[in-house]
Amino acid sequence: MIRELQGRIWKLGDDIDTDIIIPTQYLAINTVEEMKQYAFSPLREELAGLIQNGDVIVAGKNFGCGSSREQAPEIIAALGIKCIIAKSFARIFFRNGINNGLLLIEAADVHDNCSEGDTVQVKLNEHITCNGKTYAIGKFPDNLLSIIEHGGLVKSMIRKNSGARR
Amino acid sequence: MTLAEQIIARNTSAYEAKAGDIVMVQPDNVMIHDIFIPFVVRKFQEMGFSRVWNPEKVVIIYDHLVPASKIEDIRHFKIGENFAREQNITRLHKSDGVCHQLMCEKGYALPGQLVFGTDSHTVTYGALGVFATGLGYTDMAAILGTGETWIKIPETILVQIDGRLPKDVYAKDVILQIISDLKADGATYQALEFVGSAVDEMSVSSRLTLSNMAIEAGAKAGLFYPDEKTRSYCNVSSELISRFSKQENSRYKKILYYRAEAFVPVVALPSNVDKVKPISELGRIELDQVFIGSCTNGRLEDLQIAAEILKGKKIKDGLKLIVTPASRDIYQKAAQNGLLNILAEAGAIITHPGCGLCCGRSGGIVCDGERVLATNNRNFIGRMGSPNAEIYLSSPAIAAYSAINGVISNH
Repeated sequence: MIRELQGRIWKLGDDIDTDIIIPTQYLAINTVEEMKQYAFSPLREELAGLIQNGDVIVAGKNFGCGSSREQAPEIIAALGIKCIIAKSFARIFFRNGINNGLLLIEAADVHDNCSEGDTVQVKLNEHITCNGKTYAIGKFPDNLLSIIEHGGLVKSMIRKNSGARR
Repeated sequence: MTLAEQIIARNTSAYEAKAGDIVMVQPDNVMIHDIFIPFVVRKFQEMGFSRVWNPEKVVIIYDHLVPASKIEDIRHFKIGENFAREQNITRLHKSDGVCHQLMCEKGYALPGQLVFGTDSHTVTYGALGVFATGLGYTDMAAILGTGETWIKIPETILVQIDGRLPKDVYAKDVILQIISDLKADGATYQALEFVGSAVDEMSVSSRLTLSNMAIEAGAKAGLFYPDEKTRSYCNVSSELISRFSKQENSRYKKILYYRAEAFVPVVALPSNVDKVKPISELGRIELDQVFIGSCTNGRLEDLQIAAEILKGKKIKDGLKLIVTPASRDIYQKAAQNGLLNILAEAGAIITHPGCGLCCGRSGGIVCDGERVLATNNRNFIGRMGSPNAEIYLSSPAIAAYSAINGVISNH
């Protein structure tokens, strides 16, 4: 599992809802790979095409609010984002993000002290470093850490099922 | 214990449940809607499961995509039907209305139960004293395979409303004001509990409107203690209802007190639900379209309010009024008692029951520059079609007056 990572920042505001992350009209597209080009299109049409593997989203409060659509974290992961740092996350998005192997980290002050294009470093369960400043971050509860360690809930369940057969 | 704690304690057969603890729960029922079904099935298979833990506890409902407006939609229906057949799931609704309305109407969510659904407005069932919340498809697939999942027992914000609501104030005005006070993230990870004499007075339909929108403040649940009205709506025993009541020792994270008399008719402005203004301060807002429907305000009570206002009147020339009953049952009752006819005579377009325009898939999507007033729960950018349309939210009463006047109005 990823314990440390570093990436380029895409900066988004408060209350980025799941209709912005992926509008309803694209939800019935067959695969996440075809769907991901429409990510964030109501807000910044060009963004999906610019995000590169390993980039990090830094957002304001209540990231992922609104609908429970899991396509939202799944297309973000499909764009190559491994980690989202936000002032806070909406709860369904938080569960869905962890289940899809995204690292979701709550940090109050990073957003106000970074710009788009800056580099950010994350050390899981310890701290975030950005522009020479270090920010302490919380620890994941054990049950979530175990899902993250297995690489998401699907892999976690596969382990459980294969273990049960043995 | 708070109501959330009481229900979770019952579910886990524990003497006590305490906010902050992470516990394994076994849902009494789960609901999967059409948009999610292919994803749930795929994850279920990827996880290595072959049988659903208990098909009698699973409900599949088609509502967002009904009737199909794109060729791809049909794939969702076929996958759902195959899965239901394979797994002996008999509670499959292909065209009976919005999932949340059906879960309540059909008795799939009963007082004291714990229910998960794949749609965020699953919180609606809290109006019946059900701990109900939304999940994604991966969580749902794991529940289908194992019959259980983890939850963190939420802290609770108590919302106490005492007194009598003014005549021109409805449940929608109340919940919009509460969301405006809490803000869109004010109840994240927490439950709301609604109490007080004004809440006791509310019909089940009005309570459903409040619970439905709890998620718009980020809440995990929006709960009401079940009472005689709940008992009668759900057709359950008084003994069951009596097991849940407000306890002296309950601990609340925060308490919001309201005098019912202080509420006024309000509107949520584009494009956030917590951007709320009294209609008296709004100024002149001209409209292209009005939508009355959804799991928030598409019930018989709502259609009745709209019909009383629109009876014998005509909507503004050039404006479109779309009315979408929340369920087949509501549609039939509204037809039988003449409501649909009154609305049609006033110039409304009456559509099939379902999510309709609320999820922007069918039934009146809007183009650049258009302005809509709607009775549903979300006004996010692009929710009803073009990202350059403006969506305002209101009660069915304001929606009806505004359809007549062509501008947002309350008389």
